[in-house]
Amino acid sequence: MTSFILRRLGSGLVLIVLVTAITFFLTFGAGIPVAQNILGPTASADQIATLNAQLGIDRPILEQYASWVLGVFRGDLGTSYFTSEPVAQALASRLPVTLSIVLVACVITLAVSVLLGVASAARGGWLDSLLQGIATISYVFPAIVLGIVMVYVFAIVLEWVPAIGFVPLQESFGGWFASIVLPAVLLSIGGVASLAAQIRGSMIDELNRDYVRSLRSRGLSERSILLKHALRNAASPGLTTFSLLFITMFGASLFVEKIFALPGFGTYGFTSTIQGDLPAMLGVSLFSVAMVVVVNLAVDLANGWLNPKVRVS
Amino acid sequence: MTVYDPSDSVVTATLDEQPATRRAGAFRRLLRTPLGLASLVALAVVVLLGLLEPILSTHDPLFASLEHINAPVGTPGWPLGGDQYGRDIWARVLTSINVSLVSALIGAGVGISVGTVFGLIAGYVGKRTDAVASWVFNLLMTFPALVLVMVLYPVVGSAYQGMMLIFGVFLAPGIFRLVRNLVEGVRNELYVDAAKVSGLSNLRILSRHVFYVVRGPVIISAAFLSSAAIGVQAGLAFLGFGSTQTPSFGSMTSDAFQSIYTQPVQLVWPALFLAVLNGGLILLGNAYRDVLAGPQSTRTKKRSLHEATVVGSATPRTAPSRSAGGLLSVRNLRVQYPAPEGGMKTVVDGLSLDVQPGEIVGLVGESGSGKTQTAFSVLGLLPKEAHITADVMTLAGDSLLGKKPAALRALRGGTISYVPQEPMANLDPSFTIGSQLMEGLVKGMSRKEAKEAILALLDRVGIPDPERTFRSYPHQISGGMAQRVLIAGAVVSRPKLLIADEPTTALDVTVQAEILDLLRELQRELGMGVLLVTHNFGVVADLCDRVVVMKQGELVEEGSVRDIFHRPSRPYTRELVGAILDEQTVRSDRPADNASRKDDLR
Repeated sequence: MTSFILRRLGSGLVLIVLVTAITFFLTFGAGIPVAQNILGPTASADQIATLNAQLGIDRPILEQYASWVLGVFRGDLGTSYFTSEPVAQALASRLPVTLSIVLVACVITLAVSVLLGVASAARGGWLDSLLQGIATISYVFPAIVLGIVMVYVFAIVLEWVPAIGFVPLQESFGGWFASIVLPAVLLSIGGVASLAAQIRGSMIDELNRDYVRSLRSRGLSERSILLKHALRNAASPGLTTFSLLFITMFGASLFVEKIFALPGFGTYGFTSTIQGDLPAMLGVSLFSVAMVVVVNLAVDLANGWLNPKVRVS
Repeated sequence: MTVYDPSDSVVTATLDEQPATRRAGAFRRLLRTPLGLASLVALAVVVLLGLLEPILSTHDPLFASLEHINAPVGTPGWPLGGDQYGRDIWARVLTSINVSLVSALIGAGVGISVGTVFGLIAGYVGKRTDAVASWVFNLLMTFPALVLVMVLYPVVGSAYQGMMLIFGVFLAPGIFRLVRNLVEGVRNELYVDAAKVSGLSNLRILSRHVFYVVRGPVIISAAFLSSAAIGVQAGLAFLGFGSTQTPSFGSMTSDAFQSIYTQPVQLVWPALFLAVLNGGLILLGNAYRDVLAGPQSTRTKKRSLHEATVVGSATPRTAPSRSAGGLLSVRNLRVQYPAPEGGMKTVVDGLSLDVQPGEIVGLVGESGSGKTQTAFSVLGLLPKEAHITADVMTLAGDSLLGKKPAALRALRGGTISYVPQEPMANLDPSFTIGSQLMEGLVKGMSRKEAKEAILALLDRVGIPDPERTFRSYPHQISGGMAQRVLIAGAVVSRPKLLIADEPTTALDVTVQAEILDLLRELQRELGMGVLLVTHNFGVVADLCDRVVVMKQGELVEEGSVRDIFHRPSRPYTRELVGAILDEQTVRSDRPADNASRKDDLR
């Protein structure tokens, strides 16, 4: 098990290094006229050279990369070109917003998918149709359209929740919940569509296996067979789907933050990308890939815990 | 924002082995399904609108007219009205259609070409190439694609085509996996071997055989990936990525969102066309999958966890009085399943059978003779689809006809029990042996008592280190040990009737004899009646008192083991008995009594 975790950690590190290196060399190497962008079109060549030296982007690219990597080890992700705010600090302050909606969306997705997937595997009929309906809706209407419709109906027409803005959890739980419930539900629609179908399929497979018949032959209750034995065995492929879902949700939170005007990770990433704020973009890419690695590791651990063949060997 | 798993479209993989005529007509059959036709027509209309843009469009999509700011729908020359800058919404819709279609072509095109090419190579070449390619694509799958597309925006430039190119690469891993797995499955199949033998070059094998198998699922995936690309392009444009000179559904949605309080109707147009495009693609993909999978797959079945229960025959042939006595008594059992082409298929037809207390009855026949179906219908373990009728079915004086599933379940934990054929497949891989066995135990026992009982029983069935086995997972023990565990699980409730379904077939020859000995000992100790389902007369000779011979769902003959062996009255029985005699003569190097336990009659 230890070597299994170490191997996963290793491939996670490879992913982090690869993604940040790709981002670094493509963005810093692309020759974006950063100083010109900051100073405006009227800046003189002297001013631009001075600023370039100040920002350190007149050095050879490998040297810049080395100093960035060293900085990462010290917890220093550089400073934004435009706001002079340290990138690490900026990201840390935006992360709670994004994590709030993504994690709540994960909880909703998991709960609803397990419920629907198991029920539909056990009963079929209209539950199958419901699952298909959710899937079709999530394919047919892009998140932005669904999101705006939700804002229009629940925030503008019904006025149940505020249309925009974020309330930190520390301030008020009710306010926090009201500010993230729509974004989280929006994110989880697509999640439920794929995860519930996955769980349903795995459950049907498991229920057809021989060991289920053997358990029945010993007089076990249907509830135990369904929820203890079949679900436990069906959980592993479900978790893998879930880890991919998390990546998708994290990406989709970009759109969702924009629709609900939430000051999160995506909004920060968008602004810095449009401005060409290289250190900020690099920080966004580092943080997202690190998040993906952490979630993948958690899913691997959960899989190991679920699957004795991985755990005990 | 749904993760589309292309393996969903694999339904077709097995179908490609069927005659090519099925596929040749696939497109025509697609047109005949209402869903297929409707989605094709909807898509065709939208594509046509895009193609005819130069003719249909009355204004430049960027032209802003101050008089037409937020002009209502139906304004002359501005059929869908104007947006908040006074631009012609109709013209913008037409341009946006083309942007969406080009995005779909680029995104899905890149994803499918990259995935298919590498999938074909990895699946066909295998070995290290496959390992490397699989590693790379797995890594690519875990990339946060949208974040990367966003971060690379300043590098790629503001043209949406570039962004779609990058996004397409991130669509490739799913296709790669799909194609790779299909090709790997096909690679070792006979027809590719045959093609190699007949001297076809590798390239021709790839292009003709393998690509043929892969085509259907890839076409279906193309529909889903196109819709994903359209959605992501719209999303990126909605965020504000991309040139303001290029109208698209995303930027239209964004504009409409800004005036949502005053002009909600402006949101309808981009939403409507996006929905028609995506819906058309998705439903077309689904319809194509259904067409390839045949008529059955579209039916949503109502499932039930409960097993089929036996009901009394509508027209009994035997009087109930004749069934008196015996441990198990079955008269005129009939098991039927709904056939795919309609009607019912009968797998057990009018079987009658008795087991006396303490008696071992062999139920013999080749595969497909209905012996396992008979055993399972007594246990109440047949799937819900089965229609089971009998004039009489009594167990220890208790009629099983019309019993509720809950009552049958109570019987299974006590009076009647079951030993399966494949020991490894019959243990739940996720739980320890101990916890699985404990769960079946009668309530009212403390955990400690239950554990002690199980340990004693594991010791009794010949497991060397019961404590260790108790704590082990199924994958840590051997097949023979697993079968002993299952036997322990079957006898823990001291059943009156044990039904064993080919209990030694899956085991090594040396282990088979031990398991049969164990069954005999336990039968004597507990005084159980045993119904032993087997195809092997060697096992019958070794263990049974009486034999019931079945063929194609019907009873052939029954009698004492001695009679059946020495005076088989039916040719079929003689054949079966002859098979074991043949084996004895062939394996003359073995002691006769050992050979009679042999179980590899194939």
